[in-house]
Amino acid sequence: MVANKEASLNRMRFSIYDAKFRGLLMQAIAVGGVAAFAFFIISNTAQNLLDRGISTGFGFVSSPAGYDVSQMLVAYPEPVTHGQMFIVGLLNTLLVAALGIILATVIGLIMGIMRMSLNWLAAGVAYAYVDSLRNVPVLLQILFWYGVLLALPGVRQSIGILGVAELNNRGLFLPSPVVQDGFAVVLVSALIAIAASVAIAVWARKRQKLTGQTFPVFYSALGLIIGLPSIAHLAMGSPMEWDFPVQKGFGFNGGMVISPEFTALLLALVLYTGTYIAEIFRSAIESVSTGQREAATALGLQRGQMMKLVLIPQAMRVAVPQLTSQYLNLTKNSSLAVAIGYPDLVATFGGTTLNQTGQAVEVIAITMGVYLGISLLISVFMNWFNARVALKVR
Amino acid sequence: MSFTKELIPQSPPPASVRTKPLDLIRKRLFGSIGSAVSSILILYLLVRFVPPILNWLIFSADWVGSSRDDCTSGGACWAVITARFRLFVVGFYPAEDVWRVWIVLALLPVALAFALVEKIPFRRYGLIFAGLYPLIAALLLAGGLGLPEVATSKWGGLLLTLVCGLTGIVVSLPLGVILALGRRSNLPAISSLCVIFIEFVRGVPLITILFMSSVMLPLFLPPGTTMDQMVRALVGISLFASAYMAEVIRSGLQSIPAGQYEAANALGLSYWQSMRLIILPQALKIVIPGIVSTFISLFKDTSLVLIIGLYDLLGIANATITDTKWIGLSNEVYVFTALVYWVFCFSMSRYSLFLEDKLHRGHKN
Repeated sequence: MVANKEASLNRMRFSIYDAKFRGLLMQAIAVGGVAAFAFFIISNTAQNLLDRGISTGFGFVSSPAGYDVSQMLVAYPEPVTHGQMFIVGLLNTLLVAALGIILATVIGLIMGIMRMSLNWLAAGVAYAYVDSLRNVPVLLQILFWYGVLLALPGVRQSIGILGVAELNNRGLFLPSPVVQDGFAVVLVSALIAIAASVAIAVWARKRQKLTGQTFPVFYSALGLIIGLPSIAHLAMGSPMEWDFPVQKGFGFNGGMVISPEFTALLLALVLYTGTYIAEIFRSAIESVSTGQREAATALGLQRGQMMKLVLIPQAMRVAVPQLTSQYLNLTKNSSLAVAIGYPDLVATFGGTTLNQTGQAVEVIAITMGVYLGISLLISVFMNWFNARVALKVR
Repeated sequence: MSFTKELIPQSPPPASVRTKPLDLIRKRLFGSIGSAVSSILILYLLVRFVPPILNWLIFSADWVGSSRDDCTSGGACWAVITARFRLFVVGFYPAEDVWRVWIVLALLPVALAFALVEKIPFRRYGLIFAGLYPLIAALLLAGGLGLPEVATSKWGGLLLTLVCGLTGIVVSLPLGVILALGRRSNLPAISSLCVIFIEFVRGVPLITILFMSSVMLPLFLPPGTTMDQMVRALVGISLFASAYMAEVIRSGLQSIPAGQYEAANALGLSYWQSMRLIILPQALKIVIPGIVSTFISLFKDTSLVLIIGLYDLLGIANATITDTKWIGLSNEVYVFTALVYWVFCFSMSRYSLFLEDKLHRGHKN
């Protein structure tokens, strides 16, 4: 009897009053609907492409691009193909995103800590920064900084900065390093210095655990990392020299230039994302319970030590997921470069290539795929980091 | 019994916690060496930079004029804003029909008040009005029913920014609810379809979605049909906003305790009944601050439509800078535009904080 009842419960009835059947039916309808929609779109697209005489397929990536970009991190021989332009754009996107993430974290950390400062003026400055810049669209900020940089004086009236750099409406001209024989020794010594610093840090932590004695890890590492390569540099007879930009006519010879487009984009992205990161750090540190602060004070820790040893490690757990989404936002917002002509992925490949070939479907699919891939990579990395800092529950 | 009084001696009255203002300033500005150094540095920078900036912004600015040459006093040339003010608000909307825009803009606060303020007289009818407002606005703006039609290519300025933002929010709320419910569904096919859509849209920049809707949407439609450029942008914005809205609403759904779901089941309610009557009213109320902040970012993100060639507030600003009569006034134009965005976004963020406060109080009681 009981077995019979169970069997009847497990057996599916072909009626909409049976939950299991209804579920299957709804899924079938949903999948069927999406498939029908996809078929509708694909058949229309195929017909439209045929009507307009647009070729399909990915053959265009190896055809010559026929346009130039101002900033190429890898030098390709002429003629540059669309596929190589894709790499150029991708590298430019990654460059601005990576620099932006690092600088936005630094400025966010500084402003977040300033906002919690006991000093009224410091807190006020941080408050004004956060509440003014986060409420203005980042695209507007990009355009604003671009306008400011283009309004700088021309090449002949360049503003000199400490005698090494020149700033004008064509960009920031910096001295570039020129490497000669023997520089490898300096590089190796720098690597040795870093390895030695890590070893000292590990040893100092072990010793502190055993004996309680502390060791000035920071200063010794600083001395090693600056000192050892400097000694090597002098010993090898200064194998690295700086090539200073020299004004000549309407331009500069030598050195390297950071374009106004890059500077404007980076500045706007960093300042905009920095406001969010400042708020993340502040709310994360404030989320650590008061008991932890009181305990730290009772142990006799100073304010800086309390921050470093007690508050920040616990705050990181709260901050990491939110930081991840801000890093992703910054990377995605870097695509706004197209508005001022910084040659990032969307401007080169997704913009000019699309207009030249007309192959919108392929180009947009590849562009979106790249951003999805970057998003996925950043989230995988941050998830790994989060797992490391997360509370270990036994 | 009697010795308890002696065991707990009378405490002395608490020391006065009131500090003199001068002491407070000394503590809060010059509390330590580092603090004093940073105070002096900040004070120096303020004194050095704030007066010239204020001077440029206000005291030596020109307020009226018909071209750049009328600005002679060396400060900001606000004449560019006052002379082209209507362009900033309504874009190229024809002058003889512009009264329709004023009506729509005037009704907007009324509709918002009915929708958002709980204790308002005649709320029942007001809610119906708020529900119909998008239709009324669309009719008035686009024309029809006897009103002459105004092509969407003539819409612009703040009007277009508001149209994009409000359409995004109005479409994304119901779509977001459906996507959020779908993502939490037990049916694997439905939940994976929703997850794919949400994660895909959230993983790509808005600009690529706008490119897709502006370049690829015409390819998707049956041959021969055309779609308005602004409507294409609205489709892109709405899809984008829906994915973000879905995640906000999902967080609300997850915060409802399982007991609520079980109680709804025990009452014999069907899935849709329990969602409509028990779960969603609670979940949506919790996530109102999240919805407001989604709207703030959406409002800022609508500025991206300028890249696909629409003249929203920022698009008009960009066009103004390249106008030969006002060429080179980028600082004035961008500062003004930023101020408009700032006023909207800042007031919304304060509203969101106020709501969060109100909700917290509700939970503490």
